[in-house]
Amino acid sequence: MTDQTSEMEVFGALQDKEPSKPPRSQWRDVWDQFRKHKGALFGGGFLLFITLGVLFGPYLWDLAPTKLDIRNKDWRPVYTLLWDSDVKAGWAHPFGTDQLGRDILSQMIHGGRVSMAVGWAAMVLSLLIGTAVGVAAGYFKRADFILMRLTDLVLSLPILPLVLLAVTLFRQPLTKFFGSPESGMFVLIVSVIALTSWMQTARIVRGDILALKEREFILAARSIGTTDGKIIRRHLLPNVISPIMVSATLGLATAIITESALSFLGVGFPSDFPTWGKLLSDAVNRMQEFPERVLLPGFLISMTVLSVNYLGDGLRDALDPRIRGR
Amino acid sequence: MLNFTIRRLILSIPTLLFISLVIFMLLQLAPGDPMAQVPLTVPPEVKQKMREALGLGAPIHVQYFKWLYQFFVVEPSVFIDFLTNKSFLFGWLPDTHFSMTIDSVTGELVQKQRVISWQTRSPVMDIVMQRMPQTLWVVGLSYVVGILIAIPIGIYSAYRHYSLFDQAGTFVTMVGFSIPPFFTGPLLIVIFSVSLGWLPSIYDTTLIVDSWATFKIQLMQMIMPVMVLALQTTAQISRYMRSAMLDNLNQDYVRTARAKGLKESVVIMVHVLRNSMIPVVTVIALGMPAIFGGAIITENVFKVNGIGQLLLTALFANDLPMVMTLTFIFAILIVLFNLIADILYGVLDPRIRYD
Amino acid sequence: MTALAPMAFADGERGRDGQLNIIYWQAPSIMNPFLSGGTKDLEAASLVLEPLGRYDEKGALVPYLAEEIPTVENGGVSEDLTSITWKIAEGMVWSDGTPVTSADVKFTAEYCMHPEGGCAQASKFGGVKEIEEVDARTIKVTFENAMPNPYQPFMGAQSPILQKAQFANCLGAKAPECTEANFNPIGTGPFVVKDFRPNDVVQLVANENFRDASKPAFSTLTLKGGGDAAAAGRAVLETGEFDYAWNLQLAPDVIAKMAEAGKGVPVSAFGTLVERIEINLTNPSSDLPPETRATLAEPHPILSDFKVRKALSMAIDRALLTEVGYGQAGRATCNFVPAPALYASDNTECLTQDIEGAKALLEEAGWTDTDGDGVRDKDGMKLALLFQSSTNAVRQDFQALIKDFWQQIGVETELRNIDGSVFFGGDPGSPDTFQKFYADVEMYANNFDGTDPQAYLGSRRCGAEPKPASQWQGENINRFCDPAYDALLDELGRTGELEKRGEIARKLNDMLTKDTMTILPLVDRGRVSGRSVTLGGVVLNVWDSELWNVADWYRVN
Repeated sequence: MTDQTSEMEVFGALQDKEPSKPPRSQWRDVWDQFRKHKGALFGGGFLLFITLGVLFGPYLWDLAPTKLDIRNKDWRPVYTLLWDSDVKAGWAHPFGTDQLGRDILSQMIHGGRVSMAVGWAAMVLSLLIGTAVGVAAGYFKRADFILMRLTDLVLSLPILPLVLLAVTLFRQPLTKFFGSPESGMFVLIVSVIALTSWMQTARIVRGDILALKEREFILAARSIGTTDGKIIRRHLLPNVISPIMVSATLGLATAIITESALSFLGVGFPSDFPTWGKLLSDAVNRMQEFPERVLLPGFLISMTVLSVNYLGDGLRDALDPRIRGR
Repeated sequence: MLNFTIRRLILSIPTLLFISLVIFMLLQLAPGDPMAQVPLTVPPEVKQKMREALGLGAPIHVQYFKWLYQFFVVEPSVFIDFLTNKSFLFGWLPDTHFSMTIDSVTGELVQKQRVISWQTRSPVMDIVMQRMPQTLWVVGLSYVVGILIAIPIGIYSAYRHYSLFDQAGTFVTMVGFSIPPFFTGPLLIVIFSVSLGWLPSIYDTTLIVDSWATFKIQLMQMIMPVMVLALQTTAQISRYMRSAMLDNLNQDYVRTARAKGLKESVVIMVHVLRNSMIPVVTVIALGMPAIFGGAIITENVFKVNGIGQLLLTALFANDLPMVMTLTFIFAILIVLFNLIADILYGVLDPRIRYD
Repeated sequence: MTALAPMAFADGERGRDGQLNIIYWQAPSIMNPFLSGGTKDLEAASLVLEPLGRYDEKGALVPYLAEEIPTVENGGVSEDLTSITWKIAEGMVWSDGTPVTSADVKFTAEYCMHPEGGCAQASKFGGVKEIEEVDARTIKVTFENAMPNPYQPFMGAQSPILQKAQFANCLGAKAPECTEANFNPIGTGPFVVKDFRPNDVVQLVANENFRDASKPAFSTLTLKGGGDAAAAGRAVLETGEFDYAWNLQLAPDVIAKMAEAGKGVPVSAFGTLVERIEINLTNPSSDLPPETRATLAEPHPILSDFKVRKALSMAIDRALLTEVGYGQAGRATCNFVPAPALYASDNTECLTQDIEGAKALLEEAGWTDTDGDGVRDKDGMKLALLFQSSTNAVRQDFQALIKDFWQQIGVETELRNIDGSVFFGGDPGSPDTFQKFYADVEMYANNFDGTDPQAYLGSRRCGAEPKPASQWQGENINRFCDPAYDALLDELGRTGELEKRGEIARKLNDMLTKDTMTILPLVDRGRVSGRSVTLGGVVLNVWDSELWNVADWYRVN
């Protein structure tokens, strides 16, 4: 013990000074960079607002979205009173009511719950499948052929019969298993959307991996004996994060819209179960008379997607060490 | 690379056969009935007779092999006969009669049975050929327009990261992508056809473009569907382009290239662009089959009645031979364009090797 | 003004008004009505092909190719109702100039009655024993039994006359091979096909050999297909690009808003189409094995009780439904057979909503809300129903309203909507067809061809119910089974006298509706189409093709 101490004293000049504060962790850097990104903060804020809104909104605005009030149908949003005092509007229904007198604000809140849940779940599931297939196909030569032909196969399948078949086979068992038609349908819809939308992500990730794995830093990693799993996790995945982020944003929009298309086929939620996509498509025929009925859900879908996009941008920048710290 | 291409082309055949079998089984198992659009006033016994007349009673494997034979043998021979008999290009060749056969009863030369649609009782391929022009005009053009707009937007947005242009581009493309064509289509119609009265809301598929005036009409009727479709394409491709460019702009080789004294335009357009093209090529290749597949919703909104609308009506009418044939043509295109994408990867980045 | 004008415009030379544009949002697939039962195809074909006689807008018979409508009085129909003799009017020619003969008429019957042809209109020729060509213009149809309604073959848009020369090689299994003939049939109607693009557009020109030299007023006609009802309505009512739009199935406020543009007007007429709720008398529970599920072996645990069915009916405000869904184009009804007047029962008791009465009836039946959750129950079973229908904006509004009505009387309803191509398809493998009826109640609309409801009422015959043994095919959707009903049906089949037939039909109607509440009729739905303000002569006909009198249409200046 003493020997060492004396040696240290000898080489005192070579010794580092005590660090004045603990080293900054990587994640702290990431967070600092992320905070600088205004778009990301806005996106995150809006998403948080929407998420809290749809989660707790029903407690603040407790009108049921399916409550009919046919005498008070076709109310306009309350702001139309500003320029037209004769219009049927009022604070009882701030966003107005639809053709059966259902409150639009309440439909937006409840619809948002479902749309957000379906959108996120389907998007995340589709990204997981797509990334896994893409990485495996790009990195392992033996898996490439079979996985990419599987992708070709799924791309070729006609969606409508596939969806109808899925309903025939799985609706009853799922409804029974989950005890209620809504949760059974939720699982079915999320799986159908995810299982038919992962292919683009898979092809893109594979394309990037094919190029990346021939680069010098992978060769370097391999030559020091890094395992395949570690190469993928530490070296390849961080480098394909940006196309995955783009896929995620586009995928969220697609999932929210696809959900509404499915309900036309009788595959979606029951018809009196509002979702943003369904509210939008139901209102298209009346868009001249009641523009708010298309604009409100359209705005919410767009803003959600835009927020996710900015969030993705911010995250991408924050995770990229070359941009970080500049 | 040539070796790889040939091997993949050969391997495509069993792949496609397998895909055709899966599609066929899927269509067989999916619920649906070609009699669904027949009014309820037609009694069930009559509907049953009609089903039998369509060949629905035959065992599944018989139906499948019949379709395979018709698609892979009869249809190509009809096409060869057409080329040698009527086409301008090969009309000088002796007329062939590959698709003809001698009727066993009358001894006359009759056409072998082609893939017949259940809805129209006519050969599927004839209808497909009839639908091609409008689909290529509208969907094809929108795709070209979309790509031509998207790539410069993507490049410039990345180059001037977080500039006003980039922010505006992001906003427009993301809003454009998240608003579905079943809304944008009618919205455009309400604005440009109903309120302003500038553009027709219904596409005339019988229009023959042979003069400046007809070309103008064609242009007017194409603008709205092309705009709606191009918006979606632009949004997608420009996002991937931008993100790929961003990934590459900070790479060491870019600094090296600049340090060499290369012009900025060369650095961006040659070095960075080439290295950023892989995801974009992937997305474009995935979209190509869709050109031929048409755009189901947009075609329907503007009554373009191309392949997309054909597929939609066939699906709702449960016209299985039509759905099967169209889907299989898309499958061929998907396999083909994904192969082309794989080859392009090798061209863009010579380090990628498949062997 | 325009209503009085037609005579003034009726004269003039053929083709004077130029181009006519019609839009059908369901595009025609084929021009041969015998190979497709679809309404869109029948109506497109009616521009070219004509029957011997048609129904006019009041449901009365009018001769087309025939000289007159044969009746017992004029000797055209035999006293024992077993044969009918048609005489083709003089000077009838095909569009190629050759005369229409009884051989063509006889051939048409052979074409449709061929066992391998899969003819969609085979039921029109049901019971035909023999068809004889008496002479070149006279044709005699003999039936196996007395036919109280002998106007089945060669009447209406469903069974027009084909030209023998054109279709001679297209019998039976060869029918689909005659693409050229199926797309361009030679007919006697006012128009001739110039270019047929399946599922897209049909271009027609005026028939140079049409029997009336001053008709049609239009020289060319384009029948465009595709899009949806809203787009078709917009093209006629708002932009004026098209002259006539078929079947605008849109909510009344949407149509009214479109009509404000002033380019066109909606036209409507009432037929026999009734939107109804069908009640499942058998148990559709998924706990049952597939052999007995939704079959007569398992009566419905809740709906077998008449009082419950009656309460469900009493809770519905039919006037409100009509106002929301159909406006002027609908009438609240309690009848399964709403028209013609002869067959329509005076049953109106269901028209007034009675929530309190419905509640009392449910109490009486033993359904009470014991656990206070707002849903009635009995012996541990909740009064909860699954309510299915096809996907359609108006139907989904109806479902929501009815769910609300039923909630008020303590009935819980789960809604389900299914795509029409599955719901109305008869695929025995699908759990979602209306025939299989794996739900407690379902809503759709149905009507009958022509003016005679015998076959329509016959659909509720015991034994005609869909069941596994019949591959789930069958018309008795409710699985209604009553020997008295069947006996009365047999009596209807034997009765020729109109007054008596009406009486029996009304009784049968009441047995299904107010006496048993097996079928809950909601709305007598009119047909709504749109015509341009510049198009005259349109007489909307629900008993035949909407384009039945296209020869009389003209341009209003």
